[in-house]
Amino acid sequence: MASKSIYEAAAKKIIASELPKYYPEWKYHNKLVVIDCDTDIDKIIEENSWVKEEKVVAKPDQLFGKRGKANLILLDAGCDEMKEFCIEKLDNFCEIGNLKGKLERMLVEPFIPHEKEYYVSFTTDRDGDTIHFSLEGGIFIEENWDKVTHIEIPFGTDIASFNLKVNLPKLGKIGDIIVPFIKGLYQVFVEQDFTFLELNPFAITEDNQIVPLDVKARLDDTAAFLHADTWGKEIEFPAGFGQEFTDEEEMIQKLDEKTGASLKLRILNPKGRIWTMVAGGGASVIYTDTVADLGYGAELGNYGEYSGNPTMEHTEIYAQTLIDLMCKYPAQKGKYKYLLIGGGIANFTDVRATFIGITNAITKSAEKLKKANVKIYVRRGGPNEKAGLDLMREIGIKTGVPIKVFDRYSHMTHIVSLIQKEEGKK
Amino acid sequence: MKDYELFDRQTQAIIYGLQAAAVQRMLDFDFISKRDTPSVAAIIQPTQTSAVAYHKVFYGATEIVIPIYKTLEYATYKHPTADVLINFASFRSAFETSMEALESKTIRTVVIIAEGVPERQARLLIQSAEKNKKFIIGPATVGGLVAGAFKIGNAAGTLENIELSKLYRPGSVGFVSKSGGMSNEMYFMVSQNTDGIYEGIAIGGDRYPGSSLMDHVMRYEQNPAIKMIVCLGEIGGTDEYNIVDALKSKRITKPLVMWVTGTAARILPKGLQFGHAGAMAGSSKETAEAKNTALKEAGAIVPESYDDFDVKIKETYESLVKKGTLKPAEDFEPPKIPIDYSDAVKQGLIRRPTDVVVTISDDRGDVPRFHKIGLDKIIEENKSIGYVIGLLWFKRELPEFAQQFIEMVVKLTADHGPAVSGAHNSIITSRAGKDLMSSLASGILTIGPRFGGAISDAAKYFREALLKKMQPKEFITYMKNEVKINIPGIGHRIKSLQNPDVRVTLLKEFVIKNFEKHPHLDFALEVEILTTSKRNNLILNVDGCIGIAFLDMLENLEFTPEEIEDVILSETLNGLFVLGRSIGMMGHIFDQKRQRSSLYRQPWDEILFSD
Repeated sequence: MASKSIYEAAAKKIIASELPKYYPEWKYHNKLVVIDCDTDIDKIIEENSWVKEEKVVAKPDQLFGKRGKANLILLDAGCDEMKEFCIEKLDNFCEIGNLKGKLERMLVEPFIPHEKEYYVSFTTDRDGDTIHFSLEGGIFIEENWDKVTHIEIPFGTDIASFNLKVNLPKLGKIGDIIVPFIKGLYQVFVEQDFTFLELNPFAITEDNQIVPLDVKARLDDTAAFLHADTWGKEIEFPAGFGQEFTDEEEMIQKLDEKTGASLKLRILNPKGRIWTMVAGGGASVIYTDTVADLGYGAELGNYGEYSGNPTMEHTEIYAQTLIDLMCKYPAQKGKYKYLLIGGGIANFTDVRATFIGITNAITKSAEKLKKANVKIYVRRGGPNEKAGLDLMREIGIKTGVPIKVFDRYSHMTHIVSLIQKEEGKK
Repeated sequence: MKDYELFDRQTQAIIYGLQAAAVQRMLDFDFISKRDTPSVAAIIQPTQTSAVAYHKVFYGATEIVIPIYKTLEYATYKHPTADVLINFASFRSAFETSMEALESKTIRTVVIIAEGVPERQARLLIQSAEKNKKFIIGPATVGGLVAGAFKIGNAAGTLENIELSKLYRPGSVGFVSKSGGMSNEMYFMVSQNTDGIYEGIAIGGDRYPGSSLMDHVMRYEQNPAIKMIVCLGEIGGTDEYNIVDALKSKRITKPLVMWVTGTAARILPKGLQFGHAGAMAGSSKETAEAKNTALKEAGAIVPESYDDFDVKIKETYESLVKKGTLKPAEDFEPPKIPIDYSDAVKQGLIRRPTDVVVTISDDRGDVPRFHKIGLDKIIEENKSIGYVIGLLWFKRELPEFAQQFIEMVVKLTADHGPAVSGAHNSIITSRAGKDLMSSLASGILTIGPRFGGAISDAAKYFREALLKKMQPKEFITYMKNEVKINIPGIGHRIKSLQNPDVRVTLLKEFVIKNFEKHPHLDFALEVEILTTSKRNNLILNVDGCIGIAFLDMLENLEFTPEEIEDVILSETLNGLFVLGRSIGMMGHIFDQKRQRSSLYRQPWDEILFSD
């Protein structure tokens, strides 16, 4: 995926280093401290003396918003108060919207007294970018969305000479700092390959300096090779809040990172009766769709795919993981479980080689599969398809696991509708 | 070619990047489509050093060449009618090369294969294409094809699939999708339910594809050869709504069978990456259900689920045939392409005798093997050089004493000062400014009957003596009267019985102590008693001792007489000398090079000039 969220602290660091290039008058406090579950808080306070000397703000930095509404922002606090707050909140679960997850990162920065909160964000589109601006930023921005001004910047516009002011609401005196700030920030947005950047809110201090308070940002991670110098060597693209991975998911992720091929696994319902092992990203979406469209969405155990000609060994590990997962819970009385080994007609993935991996896993798990009342349906095409499909048929006969095999002359999702027929019989 | 066409049977492409397999697949497609010219005009390989190189490919059974150039500029100058660039450059360089093509005079369509082109770069390319009235397919795509006319790179996969999907001749269906992975499946599925594909394009799964589903649907709408359109959309983005609008405003009049995938997103956890980069519903409008509903309402033929997509396609096709709007394409038997050698071997269809038999090593596995022993074991167990020589020269794991003896010989022969012919030649050649290899070779080339040869010769004659069971005295007479040479290995310029050569003493001691039997040495020592009685410097010298001790080593290794014969005939002993002495000669060469020694010229006063 090209557009990926980054931590607030990372986004602020990029702005801090890049914005002065386009708006040299901008001064930023550059005081950011991240505290996670492993941080030695006393040590980090020692290293950043401003934490003791100034009033601070502490808030979770884990890609979720509405932190104020969830009472997770500590404002105008002293050092001890901040420390207490971090210790209390960190390493504990909390619920945001319908997501449950562990609080693991706090961002601490100076408290900026301010009266008014402003809003600015940038989005991209095929033909240009859009600047969204409002004089009424803050936690009620969504309720006040009609007060947001949207300014389209056609692709290739020279923002420095663009008359931004005409398009903004009346700003009065602060226009002299807001206009160059937005222009500069937009240049950072463009030059640093952001796909989304939102400052909600930013404030203006008594000495007329703009300070971003809360920042949300996404970068185009495919542009990483252009920005090793500014993004930093280890820019993180964290998983969304509340996205916990099971051991099996993590194991497949690690395998995926090791190879040039692609291996993906998400568990949807550990007790589900229908499991898919589908080759190819496009086909995996269609199989998942069809299971849901035919009314079996609640029974779907997983989403995933394997593609890019994975080795026989990796395919076997992937298949074994799925088989273990689907056999973990015993079969409900009188009900079948289904393993759909599906796929379209491969471009170059060797069907035989990948199927040897899968049949190895089936052979090793034959008793388990029979005990869990598993039926296996196969549909696939591509290089060496005949040899691969024959292998599947043979393994069915040899092990006694019920396996039905279909080739390219059956519609790709035929094996999904076969479940419907089987279930309808009873 | 009309505006709505991108490729026809005359289209030729320039390929960026030497993608041998893709080029061959294009030419195979050309051949079974019975094209008049190959569809690849030239290849660009920026790392090439020569101005033009040639890439060999098959056209059917015969081989042809395709020129390879360094730059796009030169390629377009040489091939002004080639109007397609298929860009296989990586995501790092795809932008620059595609931009150059978009700005060139002759390229009309740019296909970008690379995955991971930054979105901003993709948008810049789109802008340039609009400005220059060019067409982009991709990024992140396998491409597409016009059946029976032109195929992009690896599109449609294997030849077998192309034949089964009847892509060697045009059908009546225009197909476009995001996913390249699903295109083979769709080509075949369409061919099973209609008279086949006319044109098929995968636009790529990025958020900003160079051309959209809509762009291609509109081209198909205008192309009179296309009678119906099949489109596979995807969750995320709003491209499909342009099609909805075009349906509503009757800009699309041909039957459009369409399905948008990603309907299952509702049952999946939020934030789960589902298929492509562009496949993320940002708003409820971008969901697959919303799009499918809107398309259906606008007049597209939308199935209930993907499961009856094939049925809808078939129904639509049959009704067009019934109405008479569509005359099914005529089929023909495509010409057969000979099977590739490597595939035929893999399938066990053919066999070929090998040219070379090798019995000492094998580098095909994970770790190179010296006569069945993995190099990892040799290193881990800290085996000696003598052990390695045993494996590679004698195909045996030599016992300790033999390893030690071989290493001893290498040490003893490593150098003999600068004056002997090998070292001397190395020094002179090195001082003439020649490289290490030439200098070493010039030294090694002096090794032969007179220099270093005494070792082999000693072995040869003493072996003969023992084989013929000669007495020492008989042997001396034989050498004098019949062979008519001094006995090789006997005699020294300076050393004598009273002033023995310490090297010989050490060798003798080693052999007597470590070799169970040593008949050759015993015999030689008896010969020495006789020769030294004539003159005290007619001793067994170091060359002779090495040669003779080597024979004794073989005696202790359970070699058959035939094997010993082979070892001698294959010049193994010379090999030991070359190996050892090369160490010294290289030392002399490095020595001269470090000193920056100038060219050697023999002084006149060392030469007698005479008529």
